[in-house]
Amino acid sequence: MAQAQLPVSGELPQVSGHHPTAWKWYDYFTFNVDHKVIGIQYLVFSFVFYLLGGLMAVVMRTELYTPDADVIDPNLYNALLTNHGTIMIFGWIVPAAIGGFGNFLVPLMIGARDMAFPRLNALAFWMLPPAGLLLLGSFIFGGAQAGWTSYPPLSLITANTAQSMWCLSIILAGTSSILGSVNFVVTMVKMRVPSMPWDKMPLFCWAMMATSILALLSTPVLAIGLILLLFDINFGTSFFKPDAGGNVIIYQHLFWFYSHPAVYLMILPIFGIMSEVIPVHARKPIFGYKAIVGSSMVICMVGLFVWVHHMFTSGTPPWMRMFFTVSTLIVAVPTGVKIFSWTATLWGGKIRYTSAMLFAIGLLIMFVVGGLSGVTLGTAPVDIHMHDTYYVVAHFHYVLFGGSVFGLYAGIYHWFPKMTGRMLNEPLGKVHFLLTLIGANLTFLPMHVLGTQGMPRRVAMYDPQFTQINQICTIGAFVLAFSVIPFLVNVIWSWGWGEKASGNPWRALTLEWTTASPPIIENWHRLPVLTHGPYDYGMNGHDTSPAIATHS
Amino acid sequence: MTTAPTPPELAIQEELPVDDHEHHDFRMFGLLTFLVSESLMFGALFAVFLIFRGEFPQWPPEETEVELLLPAINTVILVSSSFVIHYGDVAIKKGNVAGLRKWYWVTALMGAIFLAGQAYEYATLGYGLTTNVFANCFYIMTGFHGLHVFVGILLILGVLWRSRVPGHYTAEKHVGVEMAEIYWHFVDIIWIVLFVLIYVLALVN
Repeated sequence: MAQAQLPVSGELPQVSGHHPTAWKWYDYFTFNVDHKVIGIQYLVFSFVFYLLGGLMAVVMRTELYTPDADVIDPNLYNALLTNHGTIMIFGWIVPAAIGGFGNFLVPLMIGARDMAFPRLNALAFWMLPPAGLLLLGSFIFGGAQAGWTSYPPLSLITANTAQSMWCLSIILAGTSSILGSVNFVVTMVKMRVPSMPWDKMPLFCWAMMATSILALLSTPVLAIGLILLLFDINFGTSFFKPDAGGNVIIYQHLFWFYSHPAVYLMILPIFGIMSEVIPVHARKPIFGYKAIVGSSMVICMVGLFVWVHHMFTSGTPPWMRMFFTVSTLIVAVPTGVKIFSWTATLWGGKIRYTSAMLFAIGLLIMFVVGGLSGVTLGTAPVDIHMHDTYYVVAHFHYVLFGGSVFGLYAGIYHWFPKMTGRMLNEPLGKVHFLLTLIGANLTFLPMHVLGTQGMPRRVAMYDPQFTQINQICTIGAFVLAFSVIPFLVNVIWSWGWGEKASGNPWRALTLEWTTASPPIIENWHRLPVLTHGPYDYGMNGHDTSPAIATHS
Repeated sequence: MTTAPTPPELAIQEELPVDDHEHHDFRMFGLLTFLVSESLMFGALFAVFLIFRGEFPQWPPEETEVELLLPAINTVILVSSSFVIHYGDVAIKKGNVAGLRKWYWVTALMGAIFLAGQAYEYATLGYGLTTNVFANCFYIMTGFHGLHVFVGILLILGVLWRSRVPGHYTAEKHVGVEMAEIYWHFVDIIWIVLFVLIYVLALVN
């Protein structure tokens, strides 16, 4: 059943007589243009960087176990915190969510054989390894130390070479992201199977559409900010040098015009993953398909006009604070719509507590916490007190770890069978979930308290009164670090020796499950035809009978 | 969302392309999407320029005034070239490759004259990139635009190179020609905004 490929009249020529049907392992290390290969390249690359960024976090938390700087040099601490943030954003969440899942899933979900511009797609991926190497290589020169925001004048006076490498790295990653987004937009507008109207496109694709539009509109502005910063550092211009007539606030505007939308770049695809995982494992139609589509688009548009809430303490005039407080509170509404839609989808469903579903439910809970602290921070009067304290750190780790990383894990557990043809081990997955949930809350929940008590962020040394809470956070960080081990064991073992996955192990209805696991090159022998909506669980008997993939 | 398999949908299958390997040409749509993004880059530069303009009592500051005559001539050349390149597009739509080549050569030449004029302006202005914030903006903006003109010329030369092969571009098949043209128009439009911001607004200080 599913959106199965119906037998089409026999006159169609058999494609792929001379084509190989599967890639060899070494194809994954080459300039391969298959969207599935590129998707997996993105995922594996970004996971390596996730481990590196995580390692940096563990070193920082170890340092923070005591109030004094007794483990590492404070300058190295600054370099670690800068690169931890940069790597987690540009090296892990963005490439994994957009590049990884986006590339692997979008063509499969809309019934296309590949992306619109396969070579451009490969080019976009291969911009990332040099970008990553630039970041890591910058440690030879002391590492960029001005935080992931790299505000001037600090970024103009610390570790100039490393800071320049940092700028180039982000410009590369940004260019990659723009090229990728062009590809997604064209693919989804032009290459859906003829039987798929807009209102039957899976919600993950809608999320990718919103993400791509947002990336196209915001990334170039960051690129300009970083180019100007590069010129200030290396070529004697003074855009951001107040003593020479420049203005540091302009950098902040350019930076946040991208970097606030960037948080939506990091969460919209995750929302898309949620909207796929939850109905499949709750065996119910998604609640409010159109509301979720609409909310993605509203987030995409309103999200472009909230950036100044990062700058309430940057001498921002009152009318601007007011405007951006209001727009920030408005953008919380469509996010709430999604939360309610997922909750309503769970309501009364026949929930299967698979590892994917557990992470999705975990996300729902964690993200509400992060969302609420976001609303408090988006309100100027509160933000003025909380700005640059650990409350901010707590907030964005709840949305980026509790939200994005949980969502990425949910996505990996859900689509691993499709990507590799092997099932992940469920008990190990549950251990992984439990450790992650405990670790994340142990690490980030106490940070709210630290922040409200006034501990500033981005410091290697702190007042001894904060010692106890910091120690709890550090222990939590160790638990989090440990939680990756069962996951790694699971992925490596299952990829090689796990139970073989059928074409549609979760009995899901979207198109990617109508082909083999892993999908053949070019995805289908004959393109599938849509016979019903993507979330028609329990309707027309779609729940009770397993979906039929007509070929493998 | 509840549609069951019905005859209308079965009918759709018949429309499936038999050989879906040869899919349509989406390059133009891709280019337009990219240009939307690219225009935001200039948008950011324009915003930076306008913010500084609002901050300074005199903009451009003394000692860094701009001249008007040469840039105005340059503007006329670049804007006219947008019409010239369109004649090339008109020619190829009639299958006239020789006409295409003629007009594209003229466009490339006009682009090169524009760049030469810009270089002459740089050489004669009497101040450099680092003189003050206005000079920073001036050189970055015109330089970044000049880079785009250069890329446009390369695209046009690419079209000219490919059009040597008979039958490479025909009346029906000439997406590459049109992409170069669209890009050239884009560069032209950006220049008009830039010209107004830097040169014309300097008059109404």
